Amino acid sequence: MSTVTEAGPADVAGSARALSERRPLGDRTFQILALASGLLVLVILVLIAFSTTQQASSWFTSQGWKIFTYNWNPTAGDYGALAFIYGTAVTGIIAIVMSVPVSIGIALLLTEVVPYRAARPIVYVIDLLAVVPSVVWGLWGILIFAPWLNHIYADIGSAVKGIPVLGNLFGPPTSGASFFTCGVILAFMITPIVTSLSREVMATVPAIDKEGAYALGATRWEMIRGAVWPHSQGGVVGAVLLGLGRAMGETIAAALVIGSSAVITSHLFAPGYNMPAVIANQFGEASGVFRAALIGIGVLLFAITIIINVIAHTIVERSARRARGA
Amino acid sequence: MAVVTEQPNIDLREPKGWRRNLNRIMTWLMVLSFILVIIPLVFVLVTVVIKGAPVISWTWLTTGPIPPNVAPADVGGIGPAVLGTILITFWATLMAVPLGILGAIYLNEYSGGRGLLGGLISFFSDVMTGVPSIVMGLFIFSIWVLHFGFSGFAGSLALGCLMLPIVIRSTYEMLRLVPNSLREGSYALGATKARVTVTVVLPAALGGIVSGALLAIARAAGETAPLLFTILVVTTANPNVFSGPNTSLPSQIFTNASSAFTGAQARGWGAALTLIVICFVLMIAARIVTARFTRFQQH
Repeated sequence: MSTVTEAGPADVAGSARALSERRPLGDRTFQILALASGLLVLVILVLIAFSTTQQASSWFTSQGWKIFTYNWNPTAGDYGALAFIYGTAVTGIIAIVMSVPVSIGIALLLTEVVPYRAARPIVYVIDLLAVVPSVVWGLWGILIFAPWLNHIYADIGSAVKGIPVLGNLFGPPTSGASFFTCGVILAFMITPIVTSLSREVMATVPAIDKEGAYALGATRWEMIRGAVWPHSQGGVVGAVLLGLGRAMGETIAAALVIGSSAVITSHLFAPGYNMPAVIANQFGEASGVFRAALIGIGVLLFAITIIINVIAHTIVERSARRARGA
Repeated sequence: MAVVTEQPNIDLREPKGWRRNLNRIMTWLMVLSFILVIIPLVFVLVTVVIKGAPVISWTWLTTGPIPPNVAPADVGGIGPAVLGTILITFWATLMAVPLGILGAIYLNEYSGGRGLLGGLISFFSDVMTGVPSIVMGLFIFSIWVLHFGFSGFAGSLALGCLMLPIVIRSTYEMLRLVPNSLREGSYALGATKARVTVTVVLPAALGGIVSGALLAIARAAGETAPLLFTILVVTTANPNVFSGPNTSLPSQIFTNASSAFTGAQARGWGAALTLIVICFVLMIAARIVTARFTRFQQH
């Protein structure tokens, strides 16, 4: 109430400058608090980069460019991270290839096919998928899903044995915990985010474009091809990149179902490793250069995901701006 | 006298042939993609309920210590993990939610999301939501655990870092929906900016802010990776979050999942069901809050 009495008739006569000079201390303190909290985001990001790089420095200095070689043997002092980078790329690509068509399909279903009332329950179901914790996916993945998948892998493996390209990708050796199992679980986990981001983009397509397409006699699919897709292409690419970033950083589910074997192989049904999984599984027993190497892999992971996220958000923001301008 | 206007012969039915077939195929593919997503979700939920429900009882949830992996499923309880999850998530919430709301206030009320600083903070709070959770764990390990040792609070710090950008984003979106006329009305009464924000803008957006915070808590409660190197895993209850290693439901599931003993696996399923129920309750609470308090969202 005190502020109300302060701004009495005497102040009204004053200029705008006089008013701003009369800002009470509490008001300024609040602004500074708000600014500090906002800056905290930037401070934390800089601190993450700085502190983890510092802890990993003995890996970078002792190994040099050897950090990018394919030789991970902590007992012998070899800390090459190439197998993990390869595994991260492979599992990320499998996850994206499986999740993106499905996500775009659901997003189109929600925005163009079903009425609003029917769309809401579908959105709830997709949200439920996002709420299932990573570790529960991992538990289910390793105890139920992987043993079941292994039968299928074995059948596919014996079917394609000896066939040139397919035999190298899907042939034996097979294992329930493998690159492919990990990629599938990651696909389940990133589908909600890719779906909701794509849906947001598709919701911005102007109704007049869609009506125009229908007026020209287009079927619904032709309308999607001609009006929705050109408009939302950019945003969907951004959504896919964000999904890729999530898939690459997802740790616990991957640590449980990837099979924990630091190898580079073309066999997708064979056990492998990726960057977050190796950190999670081996950090406990690590010290010295070993620990520095694992933190260093975290630094690489941080750098990769930051780059992907910056590119993705730039694309999303640009397409959102264009959508508003149109 | 009778003027007969001849109707042009336009066929308004759906076009025939491959165009209609393609349209139908594509529509069915969209429905199929939704079914493809439901299958694993139902599969996971049913498995967790079937395998987890027999283990759970009130004493199981509240007593400790957590028995060793070799022990059968009907021995002991996971009380320490429940306590750890509640304490660690509580402290993370206590730090991340107020700071996140203040950050969002800066973004919307002071910078308007524009300008160099506002744009930078807005952009990087988006980017920060994509930082892998394991990196947050390594970060807190480097700056906190190496100096002060393992503790539940270190886990709270890691979870807080994870929640902060989520709270900022959701609060920012809600503040943007508050109509400017409310702010202008209060300014006209002579209120300062801080007073307008705290007594007018925040209450107007309260529903959305609370529901965003609940979703952030649900996300944090289910996270394992940031806790691995910050709280470790122990079998006895540690009510003191500020010193000594602690444990949590997700960490417990993670250790039990890689165990070959059926007793440990059963405890893992029970803990998984408990964790899923906690996350779902938070999510449903968020939905209810949104439905009841959201005043300015236009659908």
